[in-house]
Amino acid sequence: MRSYYGRQILKTPVWRHDIPAYLFSGGLAAGSALLAAGADLTGRPALRRSGRLTALGAVGASAYLLIHDLGRPERFHHMLRVVKPTSPMSMGSWILAAFGPAAGVAAAAEVTGVAAGLGRAAGLAAAGVAPALATYTAVLLADTAVPSWHEAYPELPFAFAGGALAGAAGAGLLGAGAFSAAAGEVGPARRFALTGAALELAALRRLHTRLGIVGEPYGAGSAGRLLRASRVLTATGVAGAVLGRSRVVSALSGVALLAASALTRFGIFAAGAASTKDPRYTVVPQRERLAARSPSADDERDAVGTGREQLADDRITRDLPGDQQPA
Amino acid sequence: MERMGFFTDTSVCIGCKACEVACKEWNAVPADGLNLLGMSFDNTGQLDANTWRHVAFVEQSSGDDLRWLMSSDVCKHCTHAACLDVCPTGSLVRTQFGTVVVQEDICNGCGYCVPACPYGVIDQRPGDGRAWKCTLCYDRIGDGLMPACATACPTESIQYGPLDELRERAARRVERLHASGVSEARLYGHDPADGVGGDGAFFLLLDEPEVYGLPPDPVVTTRDLPKMWRRAGIAALAMAAAVVASFAGGAR
Repeated sequence: MRSYYGRQILKTPVWRHDIPAYLFSGGLAAGSALLAAGADLTGRPALRRSGRLTALGAVGASAYLLIHDLGRPERFHHMLRVVKPTSPMSMGSWILAAFGPAAGVAAAAEVTGVAAGLGRAAGLAAAGVAPALATYTAVLLADTAVPSWHEAYPELPFAFAGGALAGAAGAGLLGAGAFSAAAGEVGPARRFALTGAALELAALRRLHTRLGIVGEPYGAGSAGRLLRASRVLTATGVAGAVLGRSRVVSALSGVALLAASALTRFGIFAAGAASTKDPRYTVVPQRERLAARSPSADDERDAVGTGREQLADDRITRDLPGDQQPA
Repeated sequence: MERMGFFTDTSVCIGCKACEVACKEWNAVPADGLNLLGMSFDNTGQLDANTWRHVAFVEQSSGDDLRWLMSSDVCKHCTHAACLDVCPTGSLVRTQFGTVVVQEDICNGCGYCVPACPYGVIDQRPGDGRAWKCTLCYDRIGDGLMPACATACPTESIQYGPLDELRERAARRVERLHASGVSEARLYGHDPADGVGGDGAFFLLLDEPEVYGLPPDPVVTTRDLPKMWRRAGIAALAMAAAVVASFAGGAR
């Protein structure tokens, strides 16, 4: 493969750790709102309480992280100047603007014990928006030129939805440790853990095997390490959640699931960033696309390619450091 | 208004970097350090928030045979511009000249345009926080002036004008080069049928695009956005179904 001195073509995302942290906290908020709404409707007050409080805490953290990451934080409200379906970030801002206050009212009703009806309505409203909150972030990453994110668009929303359920399950199990009354109510959280983890692991597995060259960054470097650690923690957390019956084991499983959900987001984020740094991930798939579109034109180009082309190829091959040698 | 653009004919570029300097001067773009990259006469490296024209130097040699390829890169002002599509504040706009411009009083530095650009052009300025890129000298062309880079270019490698005219001129130029034996001459970004709907700033190259640090087949990411939203919708429904099943699944 040829390149301009091996330099990257794309820009690496300028987002700091705030953004993968938000991918986690946003999912946690969404999953917890769903857990709380279900608990509310099925008469599990302790699970409802922990879900509503987690949802508010996580969405509050999300708002902080998102504003903190801006280059001009004082202009955060510019996010609500327009409604723009071509911008997943614009859609996400509106989703958060709907979810945040609803989660806030539900949590306030929970803590104060007043206006239980309003609390239920707000909790259900938050739960109604929650699946969108958990999955739009996948579109946010995929709707970029970042090769390992863009090409992963079919799988990422499932990975994020699953991670949100597993993370909320973790918080629910941990909460059950804190509120002794919840210990008998955590059945749905266990099932959240199981289905969420299954969804996340299946999506990531499919992504890794389907993507070919741009799937590589998911298994390499820091992204690979983060995702492998996440898999181990997920398996541990699910096993503990499903099999463990003591409050301590449940709480520890909860911690493992929360950590796994966070590591997955950081891993996916790191994989995308890595794929922008090597021009291979930009050039090779695009060359393959061009070749598939018109193989004859490609032959033609090779045929007219004068000594210059060969000369250029030699030059690039000779000059690249060892790790960038074309295969 | 007519759509205006750049045709950068790299076959006559002499690598003087007058375009880089003129751009910085006119647009008051901050200095970005005195860096020696040690790879060629290009010590700028890439387009970024503080470099809106970048002259690439490609050295190709085999034995004693040597050639230099020089090319002044710039924002492509895409017909289908990903940066503009994904901007959540409406800071990035399409002007009456068909160019793509950041409104600096609106940009809140969310950084979404940066990884969205298939050419790696737009970037966040350190210390300032906002996104910056070539404006095609919006303040000059509105007054009938040429952009600073095209004005400074001593060889007319950078040509500014109505895009239709530039495309015709470029096609003639390629024909002439082919006729005189420069078979490797090719246009890049001229085709309205390409993945970004054609560039407002397109190029005549003497080698493959990736040799100049350009993507060989860029596609605007939002072309797949309807499919992405659909997948997210299905995942959201699956998530809701999993929740219902988790609560319907039993007493414990």
